[in-house]
Amino acid sequence: MNLIARLTERSWDPATSAAAAASATGPEDVFAGRQTMLHIFLVIVSVIFMLFFLTFIAHSQYPGFETLTGEPWKPLASTTQLWINTGVLVLASLMMHLGLTRARQGQMGQAIGFTLVAAFFSLQFMLAQLWLWRDLHSMGHTLVSNPSHSYFYLMTGVHALHLAGGLVIMLGALVLIWRRAAIERLERSLKLCSTYWHYLLGLWLVLFVLLTRSPETYRTIAILCGLG
Amino acid sequence: MTHVPIADQPMDDHHPTSFVAKYVWSQDHKVIAIQYAVIAIFVGVVALILSAFMRLQLGFPDTFSFINPNTYLQYMTMHGMIMVVYMLTALLLGGFGNYLIPLMVGARDMAFPYLNMLSVWFYFVSVIILLASFFVTGGPTGAGWTLYPPQTILPGTPGNEWGIILMILSLAVFIVAFTMGGLNYVTTIMQARTHGMTLMRMPLTIWGIFIASWMGLLAFPALLVSAIMMAMDLLLGTSFFMPTLVSLGNAVDHSGGSPLLFQHLFWFFGHPEVYIVALPAFGMVSDVLATHARKNIFGYRMMVWAIVIIGALSFLVWAHHMYVSGMNLPFGFFFATTTLIIAVPTALKVYNWTLTLWQGNIRLTPPMLFAIGFIFTFIHGGLTGLFLGNVIVDVPLADTMFVVAHFHMVMGVSTVMVIFAAIYHWYPLITGRMMHEGMARVHFWTTFLGSYAVFLPMHYLGFMGVPRRYFAMGDTAFMPESTHALNASITVFALILIAFQAVFILNLIWTLRHGREAGKNPWGATSLEWQTPDVPPKHGNWGDKLPVVHRWAYDYSVPNSTQDFIPQTVPQGEMLEKSAAGQTEGKSS
Ligand code: HEM
Ligand SMILES: [Cu+2]
Repeated sequence: MNLIARLTERSWDPATSAAAAASATGPEDVFAGRQTMLHIFLVIVSVIFMLFFLTFIAHSQYPGFETLTGEPWKPLASTTQLWINTGVLVLASLMMHLGLTRARQGQMGQAIGFTLVAAFFSLQFMLAQLWLWRDLHSMGHTLVSNPSHSYFYLMTGVHALHLAGGLVIMLGALVLIWRRAAIERLERSLKLCSTYWHYLLGLWLVLFVLLTRSPETYRTIAILCGLG
Repeated sequence: MTHVPIADQPMDDHHPTSFVAKYVWSQDHKVIAIQYAVIAIFVGVVALILSAFMRLQLGFPDTFSFINPNTYLQYMTMHGMIMVVYMLTALLLGGFGNYLIPLMVGARDMAFPYLNMLSVWFYFVSVIILLASFFVTGGPTGAGWTLYPPQTILPGTPGNEWGIILMILSLAVFIVAFTMGGLNYVTTIMQARTHGMTLMRMPLTIWGIFIASWMGLLAFPALLVSAIMMAMDLLLGTSFFMPTLVSLGNAVDHSGGSPLLFQHLFWFFGHPEVYIVALPAFGMVSDVLATHARKNIFGYRMMVWAIVIIGALSFLVWAHHMYVSGMNLPFGFFFATTTLIIAVPTALKVYNWTLTLWQGNIRLTPPMLFAIGFIFTFIHGGLTGLFLGNVIVDVPLADTMFVVAHFHMVMGVSTVMVIFAAIYHWYPLITGRMMHEGMARVHFWTTFLGSYAVFLPMHYLGFMGVPRRYFAMGDTAFMPESTHALNASITVFALILIAFQAVFILNLIWTLRHGREAGKNPWGATSLEWQTPDVPPKHGNWGDKLPVVHRWAYDYSVPNSTQDFIPQTVPQGEMLEKSAAGQTEGKSS
């Protein structure tokens, strides 16, 4: 039954209410619960980043705000490093996906193998991001040199933290599955993990696009959002 | 794959036996609820004592040497923050949410019991961090519960060394705790409801908690984001919120930040937050009113929709807290309009509560007294909200005692009235004993009349221009002598009001041992939590089989039925007088 129908049920009326109850399922599966929790969690993360983005756009309209690209001496003037890091994260996501498909086909050994490779690439991504930070820092683009730089470090940092948290939970789950010899749980765990990884990839792409725009684009977004 | 229903796992293999497993590291939602409630009531009492200190200074300036301008601001800040976040939010969602959700929707426990346990322990840690700030150099922050930068960070504000750091840290930990709890509440309500429990058969308590949890999950991130950015400004020298400015003769190291940005973030959390505590209260009071008036709640479906609409609209009104921060005209117009629109579903709820009482078989039990008291105080506070929602009226009243009166009536007193109603109502279920009636009545009348004696005069003080958050008025010519007399009288009543809360605490403790046995379902209520095989409910709640729901939660005084309530577990057509058994039962509303 769709949501509108469920919210308009005349529950005080015995006849219609009984009909509605007949189509209600009772408690759902444990896995469905975990999946719901993950989805809500991703909504929360989206809200957090949405607020980062909005304040970033608002900030971009203040005097003294420098965009990160545009001139050769700007921190993200060359996006080569960003593209490389993106590639690594895409690989991580892809491996995650392959792991899941293998698990679905019942090839558990391969599934675990791909998952570990995904973990490796994720770690690689975080190291590469750290590398980028170090480079920028040594070029004088520090956390405090401009609000835009603060945003850059803040948002990439929080993004990496989410990846790190995901890694810890994923490896923890693998260990649990191994210790309890509960291989049948692998597919479900991997399903949740790959959702999370694809989400973080998407988030990174949005971040990438947002951070490398020109002042005019920020101006336009700001006006559209009523922040101009 | 096998279907393992949420919260219906067999419990026998992990019945905790030792005291520690049962009451300390417990994963039972009922124990966790009580842990939440005990901590919340404890910090609530701390905050109450702080308010007594503030009142002493306001009523009798320069009489008490331990209150100076700095400590006054610190008491004020801690009072506000504790009451709103650590007491009300934690007690309503962590306490009542945890206890009632699984019982009212017919689950054995929360969807994620382990996460639930983590939640309460994170909450505990956040409270410890918060209270620790009383013992560090410089004491707790005195920036006001709104924590506006730049003054929060700058020298001259008490607690700008350690107090503010601990405050931010504590809030962050609290948000993590809340999120773990909130994910549980929402998932449990959406997916662990028992057979036959459709959305529209849920009691309004669950609807209030459900929407409030959603709002918390979506609003607390704004506080988290502002806390993170503020911490970076404070500790790492960034300039998210800190503008270029000269402080105590020295230029600060910051430049380019915007204090207004913080205000927007804060109130994007702050306004929904007031409804995060209001909606569970709305829900619980509806159920208390229906049960003790022996009538179905008037307009159930409208009540549900109103809760949902209020929840959604609350995200669109935040800037009404910022009228005096400066904003352009269309902006102010927009927020004034949304603010007044939100009053429509709110008023609708008030009408429906009142109409529920109409021709009811009202029993003036202690929970009912508090519930009716709530209707009064809420109407009162809601009306002053309409004043403040208009930009032009708000400008002179902002930052005066009028605002203090508004939010205390609407959020402080009203919500606390419902909390008391709820405790008197559900205590027999939680402990198996009835609270002492006489003490409860004394508690009600002192609390109800006391609150009016304290907060009604504050409206007048506000009209006269008495500012809020001021340590002392000094020699202000426009303030007549009578304001001082009024202030002194408020203080006296406040102290009486606070003292009489001891009756309540005593009652809680006394009843635990000496209260009359409640037996099963002493109020004759229909909802599921009263239909458990044991009172108080045991671990796993339902014995070996989950209950099956056959009707909505408000079948009170159904015509032709054999008793004046029909529990949700009774199949349609049962419990009717013989002569009527053939006809359809139930009534419309
Ligand atoms: C009819 C509905 C309401 C309207 C129109 C309304 C309007 C307002 C406005 C305009 C202000 C800002 C006043 C100022 O700072 O100058 C305000 C403050 C406040 N309101 Fe309401 N309000 C309503 C209901 C509520 C409810 C239901 C609650 C809580 C349960 C609440 C809690 C608060 C609090 C805590 C503040 C003060 C925050 C602070 O400045 O520290 N209000 N209200
Ligand atoms: Cu508000």
